[in-house]
Amino acid sequence: MYAQPVNGKFGQYGGKYIPETLMQAVEELEVAYEEAKQDPVFHERFASLLREYVGRETPLYYASNLSRRLGTNVYLKREDLNHTGAHKINNTIGQALLAKRMGKQKVVAETGAGQHGVATATVCALLDLECTIFMGEVDVERQALNVFRMELLGAKVVPVKSGSRTLKDAVNEALRYWVKHVDDTHYVMGSVLGPHPFPQMVRDFQSVIGTETRRQILEQTGRLPDAVVACVGGGSNAMGMFYPFLNDESVALYGVEAAGSGIETDKHAATLTKGEVGVLHGSLMYVLQDAAGQIEEAHSISAGLDYPGVGPEHSFLKDIERVRYAAVTDDEALDACLALSRQEGIIPALESSHALAYAETLAQTMGEEEILVICLSGRGDKDVHTIREKVATR
Amino acid sequence: MKLEIAIRQREGAAFVPYIMAGDGGLDQLIPTIVRLEEMGATAIELGIPFSDPVADGPVIEAAGRRALSDGVTLEKVLNHLIEGKGQFNVPIVLMTYLNPVFRYGIQPFFDRAAACGVSGVIIPDLPFEEGTRLFDGINRHDVAVVQLVTLTSNRKRTEEMLKKAEGFVYAVTLKGTTGKADRFPEELLDHLRGLVEQSPVPVLAGFGVHRAEQVQTLGTVCDGVVVGSFIVEALHENRMEEVGALIHSAKHVPV
Repeated sequence: MYAQPVNGKFGQYGGKYIPETLMQAVEELEVAYEEAKQDPVFHERFASLLREYVGRETPLYYASNLSRRLGTNVYLKREDLNHTGAHKINNTIGQALLAKRMGKQKVVAETGAGQHGVATATVCALLDLECTIFMGEVDVERQALNVFRMELLGAKVVPVKSGSRTLKDAVNEALRYWVKHVDDTHYVMGSVLGPHPFPQMVRDFQSVIGTETRRQILEQTGRLPDAVVACVGGGSNAMGMFYPFLNDESVALYGVEAAGSGIETDKHAATLTKGEVGVLHGSLMYVLQDAAGQIEEAHSISAGLDYPGVGPEHSFLKDIERVRYAAVTDDEALDACLALSRQEGIIPALESSHALAYAETLAQTMGEEEILVICLSGRGDKDVHTIREKVATR
Repeated sequence: MKLEIAIRQREGAAFVPYIMAGDGGLDQLIPTIVRLEEMGATAIELGIPFSDPVADGPVIEAAGRRALSDGVTLEKVLNHLIEGKGQFNVPIVLMTYLNPVFRYGIQPFFDRAAACGVSGVIIPDLPFEEGTRLFDGINRHDVAVVQLVTLTSNRKRTEEMLKKAEGFVYAVTLKGTTGKADRFPEELLDHLRGLVEQSPVPVLAGFGVHRAEQVQTLGTVCDGVVVGSFIVEALHENRMEEVGALIHSAKHVPV
């Protein structure tokens, strides 16, 4: 059986590497989460919001055109059909309910492309929480529409001018803000990152993806899939998808990172493939770093994968070889995005397109009776600008 | 022990200036240390630049970025300290985020730091519990691991931290990052008195301190102060006389 973390650690990974001022808040969160997990009222509230507000469960869709082309049975888990267009809201609903339960009226969050920011702002509007979102200045410019969405939902968006002015720096600034406002503010971490209990808690909230998928595939085909593929940036959709399958040894699990311009270049976000063990944002995990231990910038066509670290549980699953991790380039992801749009009438997010691209490679090793599940973590509407630019310059 | 002794033997209140290693060029490191010792610094907190300094405010982050763009690394700073040995006697306390140390290797770091004459180390993203686990079985020689205690540390953890305190206790004066504060929380002075009462080692207050009257107030209640952003800014803008004046203000605090 797959083990739960001990002392907040998955093997050596995870932990609480944070400023002392935050320790009390993180320990309170740990206690509050453990209590909430045992509370049927909390579960019912979470489940009913997922059902009636988010629109779950999401379909597990047999992609017949894609299946025919790839020569194997391909199923898509349609997280793109969630309210706000991606899996992110599964987590923000859980954490916002927890913030209310802890008596906190304010939340802070970081966002890269803006998906987690929009999902957080959405839930804050619903549950009447005051919401502050930190976003790198570069991303604010690239994703002006998402900034407007967040503001429309009543959130305050603060552009971050320090460092590389992208996601990593937005996390730094959100952590600093949390240190200053820790008494009345909850930090809604957007992925399976950060100090314990965040990686475990975010995974638990996201594991609705894998739990539904497992039941749906059994209902539709009578058996478990042979392979499951998901994209990995910080790794929350993948962790949520993989977790309910970890003890099913016959199911091969594949995490797909962003190779950017190529893993042989210095412009990629392939943390598990090319990174080394280090500490960032509260957690021991694989990170992109130089020889002196300075964190390096990540690069990907997809802003959601553009992060130089990866969740501690993924780091552990790589080491024990329960999950295999691969990387696909910007170009491969873009091709897969265009292919799915044309062949299935679904425009996938560029993040999810990485999983789709790897599935093309993987399918070559699979038979026509076999079953391949892909986590379609989000829809591509937010990416149409980028896609148009990239296609035009090809 | 050198660190604790230096603080105990001070005149007035202890004054520990923070400087960012390599800000203004690594060749300035030893001359700056010598100069601060002449001005009366009790010990020197020497910051190692890091790409993601989450405990620091804008002034120290900017200084770190200047140092990083000059290619400053932990290794280079330690090499300079070895070369400067004998030119100063003031204790050096390294302030570094965990990842550069982790990357260097925990045991090699303590071996090398001790060989370079480093008296203590402050790791702001390494809470007590993680530190205890990480340093288990490590020979730290005589390098003190200085613990930060904050206004949010609960009583049980504070007791544990004080029991194991080494060098001095770094009492964080506010909920926030490093910088220049105009006001401290109301409960601060009582908090400091409580720490002084319980702590087996001296207690220094830091974060936000930048004015002589703050040095006086805090230095009267506990053993002294750590001053970061003010010093970093003054050194960067070449206002040495202001640094001298603030250090001097600590000497007249009644003990």
